[in-house]
Amino acid sequence: MSNKILILFAHPLFEKSNANSVLTRNIPDSPNITFHDLYQEYPDFDIDMKREQELLYNHNIIIWHHPMYWYSCPPLLKQWIDIVLEHGWAYGKEGFALKGKLLLQTITTGGRKENYSATGRDRFTIQQLLEPFCQTAKVCNMHYLPPFVVHGTHSMTEEGYEKNGKLYAQVLDYLVNNPINPEELAEFHYFNDWFKTKNG
Amino acid sequence: MADGFFFQALIYLASAVLCVPIAKKLGLSSILGYLFAGIIIGPYVLGLIGQEGQDIMHFAEFGVVMMLFLIGLELDPHKFWRMRRIIIGMGTLQVLGTTAVLFIACSFVLRWEWQATLAISLALTLSSTAIVMQTMKEKGLTKTSMGRSSFAILLFQDIAVIPIMAVLPLLADGAVENKEAGQSLISHLGWLQAPIVLGTIGMVYVGGRLIIIPLLHIVARTRLQELFTASALLLVMGVSYMMQLVGLSPALGAFMAGLVLANSEFRHELEGDIAPFKGLLLGLFFIGVGASINFHLIMADPAFIIIFCTIFNIIKFFVLLAVGKIYKKSSDQNILFAFALSQAGEFGFVILAFATQLNLMATELANQMMAVIALSMIGTPFLLIINEKWIDPFFGVKEKQPKNNYDSIDEKNDVIIAGFGNFGSTIGRLLKTNGIPATVLDMDSDRVDSLRKMGFKVYYGDASRLELLKAAGCENAKLFIAAIDNPRVNLQVVEMIKKHFPNLKVLARARNRSDAFELVDMGVNDFYRENMYSAVHLGVDALVELGHRRYTATRQGQRFIKYDEQAIFRLAEKRHDKKAFLMTALEEIEMQEQLLKNDLYAQLGANDHAWQSADLRKEAEEE
Repeated sequence: MSNKILILFAHPLFEKSNANSVLTRNIPDSPNITFHDLYQEYPDFDIDMKREQELLYNHNIIIWHHPMYWYSCPPLLKQWIDIVLEHGWAYGKEGFALKGKLLLQTITTGGRKENYSATGRDRFTIQQLLEPFCQTAKVCNMHYLPPFVVHGTHSMTEEGYEKNGKLYAQVLDYLVNNPINPEELAEFHYFNDWFKTKNG
Repeated sequence: MADGFFFQALIYLASAVLCVPIAKKLGLSSILGYLFAGIIIGPYVLGLIGQEGQDIMHFAEFGVVMMLFLIGLELDPHKFWRMRRIIIGMGTLQVLGTTAVLFIACSFVLRWEWQATLAISLALTLSSTAIVMQTMKEKGLTKTSMGRSSFAILLFQDIAVIPIMAVLPLLADGAVENKEAGQSLISHLGWLQAPIVLGTIGMVYVGGRLIIIPLLHIVARTRLQELFTASALLLVMGVSYMMQLVGLSPALGAFMAGLVLANSEFRHELEGDIAPFKGLLLGLFFIGVGASINFHLIMADPAFIIIFCTIFNIIKFFVLLAVGKIYKKSSDQNILFAFALSQAGEFGFVILAFATQLNLMATELANQMMAVIALSMIGTPFLLIINEKWIDPFFGVKEKQPKNNYDSIDEKNDVIIAGFGNFGSTIGRLLKTNGIPATVLDMDSDRVDSLRKMGFKVYYGDASRLELLKAAGCENAKLFIAAIDNPRVNLQVVEMIKKHFPNLKVLARARNRSDAFELVDMGVNDFYRENMYSAVHLGVDALVELGHRRYTATRQGQRFIKYDEQAIFRLAEKRHDKKAFLMTALEEIEMQEQLLKNDLYAQLGANDHAWQSADLRKEAEEE
């Protein structure tokens, strides 16, 4: 049985993002992958909660795909989290709708990898900064995977974009076709790193 | 008793109720409907109304008076003052030009006395304010360059009636039979006449400011609607009567009264009160014109009447065309303008009647001329139809080709906007600021000119013509935006597009729900109701005023729009279940009720529970 992937994409200025245009263009055309552009669907921020819950219900790997904005996600994704992950449905005594599903974050950042460290400009690692998202997934009984990160998009060459696009395509393809054991990934900071060991 | 008032009223109303909808259905103006109603019930067809027709005419002329009052109301004095140059310039050219040409032509061909010829020329130079203003309103032309010029000339003519009536007695070389009618109280006063007339005009102005407006305040405070209506009528009638007493045209008096009140706070109130009377009385007036056509007289010498009428119309047409040329109107507007004003009008009747009393001409000749006037009035709507169907399209296409070679430009825009009024231009501006060029179709040639200067690719003409749609590139465009001001024309255009370019995506403007229903029927799902979005916006602000938070109110507004947009498709279907052909008022109310009822059950607010802590608190307490 193949996995069903829901990509919740949130980017307020998609038109100007080279990295994300390459990444999204490389998403395999598969019936098992649903690409859901939140800013396209809800320009007025009025999220249709029922519809979103339905989508979550029908997929078992959820990807939050967004750029890193001020050490967090763009506002519409936060709005999505606030509205869709309802008490009594996603969490709470009776909320188990998301139990056992996998949550992966696909992050793009302008800054280079070295900046995200205790001695770097950004002082914290990506994983530390994403802790609130990780905790959100835990409260909803989901498995939080280490993030897939594309660093240094500001200074990236055309080949760099293409390389990352290809990699994203491979990752998604792998996710659809292989069972994922979250414990196997627990050691890794980035999904990218685990994927390298896996595929040589 | 059978011939009594009720029977008469019954005939008039029934003929109007029957004929006007038929005329409308045939695509003719309502004026034609009234005119034919008059002919049918008149003495020469059914003979249901006979000599009373004359009395009715006196009464019905009041419709014209009211119309001028309303025109005065809509035109405040500043605007009037700004238009003074074209009013006087174009007006003088038209009146003097037409009179001169008619006078010379008649003098050569017909052997009338010169006094009679002059009186007839003067009578025929005046166009029909009633027909032209009403037609322009029906066709939505009042704001075009043609509309403004027509208005200026008509206004000048209404004023010109006064000097004409003053000059006529001088023609009668002393041997005037001074009968009672048509003469004013003061006409024997000689040189005193002028100051009295000026004094009266001054009195209307000052009296309006100092007496009438305060009086209206007092009446308004009683809060009796009908009293206010009565005051409005009293005002119009009073001023008109006063004007008549000093020998001025009552219509001019009403116009002035309107001007005086144009800046007062009662303007809209008065407009609303008078408008229904004006409509009815104008209808009555047109019926009267129809009924007063003397067919015996026409039958006695049909060739003369018809040829005279045709030639006179042609002369007037060309004089108007020349006037338009002098004022540099674009050819299409100029032709429309010349056609519209080429008839003779109601003041012609007045002048001819006056001239007969002065013994300036034989009664038979006067009657023949009256038939000519009536015939030319009936002809106008037909002339306009001919212009619209055959002449105007020819001009529209011809005008744009030599000028800028638009048809041969190979670059075609993805977006076509039909109608560049308030609505369309807003869309055009938004697209333009986002770097999307649009092709524009518009009927107003002045607007077309200025748009071309601003770099828009513009096609002049009626967007419901297939050739124009093709020329504008509908075959290869991606998006057609139907934004024409007149909802009927807009729907026609959409129908045309749907039929001939089924793959072209249409976004259509709809004035209201019933427009939207028609669009649903045509298979257009993307329609934008003008009233809808601004009304919701207002509603949102109202919620805020009443204490809702702005964010919550805005969300509710957005949801309401979504909900209403879905509901309209359901309602559109339901409408056909009932097999109703017409949207009756009753149905409209029923639909409104259903929408309101549905809204109660829709519970717009209760769809998600985000940010609500009640559940969380309860669970915490249980632990």
